[in-house]
Amino acid sequence: MVGLEHFLILSAVLFAIGLYGSLTRRNAIAVLMSIELLFNAVNVAVVGIARYTTPFGLTADNVDLLLTGQVFALFVVTVAAAEVALGLAIVITMYRTQGSVDVGEANIMRH
Amino acid sequence: MWEAAAWAIFFLPLASFVLIGLLIRPFLNHRSELAGYLTIAAIGGAFALSLWALKATTGHSNEIGYASHEWLTVGNLDIRVGILMNSLTAIMLVVVTGVSLAVQVYSQAYMKGDAGYARYYAYMSLFTASMLGLVLASSILQMFVFWELVGLSSYLLIGFWYHRPSAARAAIKAFLVTRLGDLGFLIAILYLFFHQGVFSNAGLNSLDIRDIYVVAGAGLLGTTALTWLAIGFFAGAIGKSAQFPLHVWLPDAMEGPTPVSALIHAATMVAAGVFLVARMFPVFEASESAMNLVAITGGITAVFAATMAMTSNDIKRVVAYSTISQLGYMMLALGIGAYTAAVFHLFNHAFFKALLFLGAGSVNHVAGTFDMRFMGGLRKVQPWTYGMFVVAALSLAGIFPLAGFWSKDEILAEAFHNGDFVSRLVFLLAMAAVFMTAFYIFRALFMTFHGEFRGGVESKAEAAALPDSELVLTSDEEEKIAEGGHAHMAESPLVMVLPMGVLAVLSVVSGFVANAPFKLLTIPKHWISEFLVAPLGHPETPEFIGWVAILSIGLALAGVGLAWAIYAAGKIAPERLTYRPLYQLTMRKYYMDDLYERFIVGQVFYRYSAGLLDWFDRVFVDGVSDNIGWFGRNIGRGIATMQNGQVQAYGGVFTVGAVIILLVYLIK
Repeated sequence: MVGLEHFLILSAVLFAIGLYGSLTRRNAIAVLMSIELLFNAVNVAVVGIARYTTPFGLTADNVDLLLTGQVFALFVVTVAAAEVALGLAIVITMYRTQGSVDVGEANIMRH
Repeated sequence: MWEAAAWAIFFLPLASFVLIGLLIRPFLNHRSELAGYLTIAAIGGAFALSLWALKATTGHSNEIGYASHEWLTVGNLDIRVGILMNSLTAIMLVVVTGVSLAVQVYSQAYMKGDAGYARYYAYMSLFTASMLGLVLASSILQMFVFWELVGLSSYLLIGFWYHRPSAARAAIKAFLVTRLGDLGFLIAILYLFFHQGVFSNAGLNSLDIRDIYVVAGAGLLGTTALTWLAIGFFAGAIGKSAQFPLHVWLPDAMEGPTPVSALIHAATMVAAGVFLVARMFPVFEASESAMNLVAITGGITAVFAATMAMTSNDIKRVVAYSTISQLGYMMLALGIGAYTAAVFHLFNHAFFKALLFLGAGSVNHVAGTFDMRFMGGLRKVQPWTYGMFVVAALSLAGIFPLAGFWSKDEILAEAFHNGDFVSRLVFLLAMAAVFMTAFYIFRALFMTFHGEFRGGVESKAEAAALPDSELVLTSDEEEKIAEGGHAHMAESPLVMVLPMGVLAVLSVVSGFVANAPFKLLTIPKHWISEFLVAPLGHPETPEFIGWVAILSIGLALAGVGLAWAIYAAGKIAPERLTYRPLYQLTMRKYYMDDLYERFIVGQVFYRYSAGLLDWFDRVFVDGVSDNIGWFGRNIGRGIATMQNGQVQAYGGVFTVGAVIILLVYLIK
């Protein structure tokens, strides 16, 4: 029987992979992709928790409790889409100015 | 006597100082003789008031009580100022103002044409005012203030010709050496602060001199406490009165103008030390060991300084060593309890010592040098100066019936009469000093005034120019040569001779008139001794011991005779009586200056104390601050490397931090 712990483990694994990728990958595209993984890890957790913390058997009284988590996940997806659009725009600008998408070289703010 | 009049004795010279400093010197410097007149008027006024004070004090059972005034309050300690007018004060006032007046009149001619004429009189007024303030003070702290002012003004006057390096050095030396003694005085005052409880329990003020008398007399403080107190005061007196071993500043103080030396040696600076011991006499009396210390220090100084006077070739230095020796006399008299005799000697000494210095200054106007080897024969040139110098020398030597005889004899008689071991010891020392005193002062007299004139400063310059000469010209002499100074063979002007004449008369009569053994016209028998009974009031009857008097006169005459045989008649060559190493020893001032300069200043202070402090400063102080700097710089550098602009690195740190917080949260 698949329980809440499986969702949470999946979420944690996804989050760890995403975190690892976003901290270690040099390619800006790969970093963005890793960040997407983080979002999705959170979505999995949110949806899973929403499902399992709500008592079974939907009634008119508790439906908004269940929907809270799922609506929240939808918001995350929206934000993630916007974030990717913004991120890609930065990557393109970066490529234009520096001729590379290596995040290790993106340190002009330091100077 | 009104209190305002007593205060005026101090404020008149002070006003003269302020007026000269603020008005005459800045605006009327082209008429600087005004400064001289103003000072003479102020000190003359103070002298008149002092005579009034003396008269008033005799009529008031030897003390006029004035209430003290509140000055400031520190915690529960009340610091008050006031006037303590008793017999000692009155005598000192007359001596200080009288001698100062004579010196100021004389200085008009001596300092004529000096660029610093007005400045000279400003300092002289300050000097006299400080000494008068010291004498009048009723509180020990008030006294200390003036004590330091006396030191300051003597510093200013010794270094009066500040463009001469030797004068500047001598001034600093005088100031520092006396400060060393002042430290003892200050500690004694702090000690009184410390024992304030004893005083306030008895309703007394720990800084009031009369209250200190009460406490010392009633035995409220233990003997040990009083001994330390007395030693503290005595340390101050050793410095100021140039007693062994802090005597080194006084001979160097000759760098100042000669009238300044007369004032320092007779009435002000050095008399302050003896005055302090006399003022605090009840404290000393309460402690036998302190008294013995005073007596023995005085006795050693009396002989020690006399030996150096015997070999010195500089007439001013001879007289300076003579002062040290005579101050030793006063100290030893105080130490054996001969309070009245000591003050009496101070009184007489002031006149003949001032006269000796003024005489030396007068001689210098002819010869251009103070070196007696280049004087000689001046009695024909300056008969008046010669005559008065003879009077002063006889008085100093203690020849009957001049002033010096009476006080010296009283000291000797009391020392002999007391009969304890210390008194016997200082009696012998004093007797030895009598002989030496007569010898050295007549040696100076014969070398200066008898024989043929040996050319003065010009001959000295010629002799110094010879290739193997050991002679060194003093800066004073160099200036004289630079001015093309010839010996101008003439008696000094009347303004110089007149004050000397007054002092000469006093040098003859002051002893006899003030303390005659029988009633003299209106002056009662033993007037000064009866007047000066010690503050705790036990009458002293000076014994006249016939054979002591005859012996001391005999020794003095022997000294005079020996000096005559060697230096006037030329019957004995000085070399025949000279034991070379001993001569060297006295010429080099017993190596005391070398000891202080080479060993104490050079080694102990510079090398070890300063070296240790330097090491501490370099290693410890610098080390601490260097390491703090290093720490800050390197921490900063470490943190700066972490801020590398790599977002991923920041993210890593952030993640680690979040995990740590999470773990802490979970473990709790």
